[in-house]
Amino acid sequence: MSKLPEKAKCVVIGAGIVGNGMVYHLAKLGWKEIVQIDKGPLPNPGGSTGHASNFIFPVDHSKEMTAITAESMRQYKEWGTFTETGGIEVARTPERMQELARRITSAKSWGIDGGQILTPAEVKTLVPFIDESVIVGGYYQPSVGVVDSLRTGTLMRERAIEIGAALSFANIEVLDITVENGHVTGVVTDQGTIAADYVVIAAGCWSPKLAAMAGAHIPLTPAVHQMKDIGPVPFFKDAKGDIEWPIVRDMDVFMYERQHGTGLEIGSYAHRPILYTPEDLPSNATAALSPTEFAFTQADFDIQDEHAFELMPSIVGDENVREKYAINGILSYTPDGMPILGETPEVKGLWSVAAVWIKEGPGTAKSVAEWMILGDSEIDLHSSNIARFHDHQKAEFHIKARVDESFNKTYGIVHPLEQYASNRNVRLSPFYVAEKNLGAVFYETAGWERPFWYESNKHLVEKFGENVMPRTSEWESRWWSPIINAEHLQMRETAGIVDLSAFTIFDVTGPSALAVVQQAALRQMDVAIGRVVYTPVLGPNGGFKSDLTIMRLDTNHFRVVTGGAHGMADKKWFSDLLPADGSAQIFDLTSSYTTIGVWGPKAREIIQAVTKSDMGKDSFKFSTCKVIEIGPLRVLASRISYVGDLGWEFYIPIEQGAKLWEMLWDSGRDHEMIPVGIGVYGTTGRLEKCYRAYGPELETEYTVVEAGMTPPKLKEADFIGKEAHVKHRGEKPIAMLCTLFVDDHTSSAGEKRYMMGNEPILTLDKQPIIDSHGRRSYVTSAGSAPSLGKHILMSYLPTELAVAGNKFLVEYLGEHYPCSVAEVGATSVFDPSNERIMA
Amino acid sequence: MDVLVCLKRVPLAGGTLILTPDSRDIETKHLGFGISPHEENAVEAGVQLVEQMNGTLTLLTLGPSDAEEQLRSQLAIGATRAVLIETDGQEWDPQGTAAALVEAINADETNFDLIIFGAESADSAGYQIHIRVAHALNRPIITNVKSMKVENGVVSCERVVANGREHYEAPLPAIVTVRDGLNIPRYPSVPGRMQARKKFVDLKKADPRTPKLEKVTLALAPSKDKGAEILGKGTEAVPALVEVLKQIGAF
Repeated sequence: MSKLPEKAKCVVIGAGIVGNGMVYHLAKLGWKEIVQIDKGPLPNPGGSTGHASNFIFPVDHSKEMTAITAESMRQYKEWGTFTETGGIEVARTPERMQELARRITSAKSWGIDGGQILTPAEVKTLVPFIDESVIVGGYYQPSVGVVDSLRTGTLMRERAIEIGAALSFANIEVLDITVENGHVTGVVTDQGTIAADYVVIAAGCWSPKLAAMAGAHIPLTPAVHQMKDIGPVPFFKDAKGDIEWPIVRDMDVFMYERQHGTGLEIGSYAHRPILYTPEDLPSNATAALSPTEFAFTQADFDIQDEHAFELMPSIVGDENVREKYAINGILSYTPDGMPILGETPEVKGLWSVAAVWIKEGPGTAKSVAEWMILGDSEIDLHSSNIARFHDHQKAEFHIKARVDESFNKTYGIVHPLEQYASNRNVRLSPFYVAEKNLGAVFYETAGWERPFWYESNKHLVEKFGENVMPRTSEWESRWWSPIINAEHLQMRETAGIVDLSAFTIFDVTGPSALAVVQQAALRQMDVAIGRVVYTPVLGPNGGFKSDLTIMRLDTNHFRVVTGGAHGMADKKWFSDLLPADGSAQIFDLTSSYTTIGVWGPKAREIIQAVTKSDMGKDSFKFSTCKVIEIGPLRVLASRISYVGDLGWEFYIPIEQGAKLWEMLWDSGRDHEMIPVGIGVYGTTGRLEKCYRAYGPELETEYTVVEAGMTPPKLKEADFIGKEAHVKHRGEKPIAMLCTLFVDDHTSSAGEKRYMMGNEPILTLDKQPIIDSHGRRSYVTSAGSAPSLGKHILMSYLPTELAVAGNKFLVEYLGEHYPCSVAEVGATSVFDPSNERIMA
Repeated sequence: MDVLVCLKRVPLAGGTLILTPDSRDIETKHLGFGISPHEENAVEAGVQLVEQMNGTLTLLTLGPSDAEEQLRSQLAIGATRAVLIETDGQEWDPQGTAAALVEAINADETNFDLIIFGAESADSAGYQIHIRVAHALNRPIITNVKSMKVENGVVSCERVVANGREHYEAPLPAIVTVRDGLNIPRYPSVPGRMQARKKFVDLKKADPRTPKLEKVTLALAPSKDKGAEILGKGTEAVPALVEVLKQIGAF
């Protein structure tokens, strides 16, 4: 074996499915001098890849996860390591049957076809060894399959070596990762030091330990997944090869069963969460089996034995079919369930490709390699971006609390608005107590407790009656209240006060500040002091990286305001643009400033009553900001609106927030102002105005032109994505973002149903709608438009179909509802001429 | 035929051992637990005897409360019931252990015809408990057996010695210690596990005893170099491989 080199372009730490995938895809995209190292032996270094169950169900409610999985399956097939078996998710309850119908709708939205709902008898035909009397049905997906992940990794590694792009070394332990001036410089191992421009941590559950060596964070926890192999099974005695029968997921008991040669493998996500820290994991030498295969703890599996017995009594209940092997296998879990990908915000050149499972491995590796080399990935990875974590989310307490809570939801029915119960009340606004006294129902964003609605507004539900669009079905009523729609209607009549403390706020200052914000923003930033600019932020391919507002506070001083959920990634995006000479800086003011919004027809009267500043239409114009005095306070007021009514956002140092709230509240009481929650701010107010949101509508897959957000004039200054954007401007858009109304909500059971987002938009003959780029039409956002008495769906439609009045179907929980295009492009369906905002 | 098998919960070491900081114990935080390999043969022998001759198979152990896990696993392959003499988790010396077992055996409502031990425990390997128990109960004992049968109130056993075998017989009630090779222990089935959950485990508190034997320190044996030697690639490796096979007497 050759000697460990002293220098490399890139060191990849880890030789599981992810590390091997990274080596291969970096090499494929043209990088050379890649050095791969692993602490363990090859081909199975002892990480989670070595004990994986290796099956892939292609459908997930997350578009990002489904896209990565589909790309991974494509690669496994290309390597000849994929065996298609089909798979069935069986239901024991009606609630699960509804969830399976929901999974089929996600499948259709994300382009995974062929799934169908089966009766118990049909399930039995495909899997003769189940007892169909314990189930009420199943969801059959024929494209489910099993992969050989170790073999795939080996093939990828060997190919990279073969083309002379990479060297691979086993049994090498990393002792340190060195950093100079915020940039990674190399890796110190027990067998020498390698200087490197890039270091990729693809070390699965050991990743946090490695990141810590460089002062970075990869917030994941090793967690146990229990598996038991039984056999030999007489029914499988003639089995040829690894697998012939469909894989069964027994969803309601959080388990799966798959044939494995002559045996049956039983796996579970139902046992108590058993979490470790990376430091708990043994070395290859001291591990009894492998470092990620812990001794099986039977007591945690007792009830699972019974559940497996119930479903497959002829096999599991056979006294002569005995346990062959059982382990507590270690997997990586993250506090929000998504992988951890991208360059660490703490250290330039240090990349994380962690918390990636077998079904995601090769696809993730390809995407991250694109991101490293081309600046962006074809598949939008924003939900997996390592930069998403706020500081408190890196604390071990948070990681453990959230994984402990969510582990048993791995196969759970998780409502799209479901809130975590653990580790709450971490970030509280200065008005928290006041809000609590008003009966605020708090949802969490980035650790902030945000009122979603206020029980004190309950009386308004009666006032507005049927106009609140009451819901009767349990699913859509869960995590929802008619009070949201009542608050909306009252705000449109008088005014509402909104807590916006969860905003991420950072200032860009210095002589090069303008250059930095110009680089990031699609819109012109060389504007007058006091202007507020709402702008898309584009990636190199002209797709969306964010949308946010930037205030020009002075010649060399800009304030960026963005959403809490995505704020940290935005901060990294801007930080990466700072010139090396130090001529611009970024200051995170999220915890220094709090924000209150006041909107509604009476907003001006309310504010004018407490300030001497002229808040008049012409003296305080829309899209401008200035400091005003409200009583003893000097407040930065910004006249913009995300809800479609006249009003301002007020920025105030956080310790003065309570005073500001009190003054605005007192003034508002004379004008029937009510507290308004994020249910209005984020959904109903936004959707009526057809305002797009980053994530649902705005992502790298769609262009500014398609989103209907093309600025009339292209700015001269350079910005990221300009070349692509110019090209997009010159072309006819392939799809257009449209606003649709649901025309009839009545289900076959006679109940009114309300879509929640991610449902497929279909032609009238129930066929998927696919544009010439292969993108499907699906509901990006859905919600009430109480002022219009409509339920709004946003969806991209192929341009030729994007015509007002065109009729379609939306599939929701297995049924089809008629809908029609209300508006093509960004024009609001409520107050289209913006008279209210401009009032 | 009522059989008793005595067990010990021991760490299952598969890799390099690590000692606790005071060097008095094996570090077990990464290890699972089981019973000693010879004891698996003992339980299997007990299960087979009860299957053939009817009667009961009781398991007895002295150990921490977690030892119930080992008892349940063995109940899952066919034992009838179990007794756990619960300690505070500290290792007991052979005298104390044997005395506690004898006390439990004498107190038990069943008069055991045959008591089976594994030849030694996998961790401390004191080779003492069975002898001490036999002595205290005043019963005959045959140790280290690789073959055993029970007929007409007599247990007949064979031991393998250099160049031959020794044959012993003892009248019941008797004590036998067995070695691996006696039989092939079965693994639990899922229905066996489910039945085991319902079987009775009698929990007794052990009376604290002052140990007469103190474990002072453990030292790890020097590790052997386990490096692999690559004989060659493809067909080139065949002659070297043949040579190695000859050396180890494969043909």
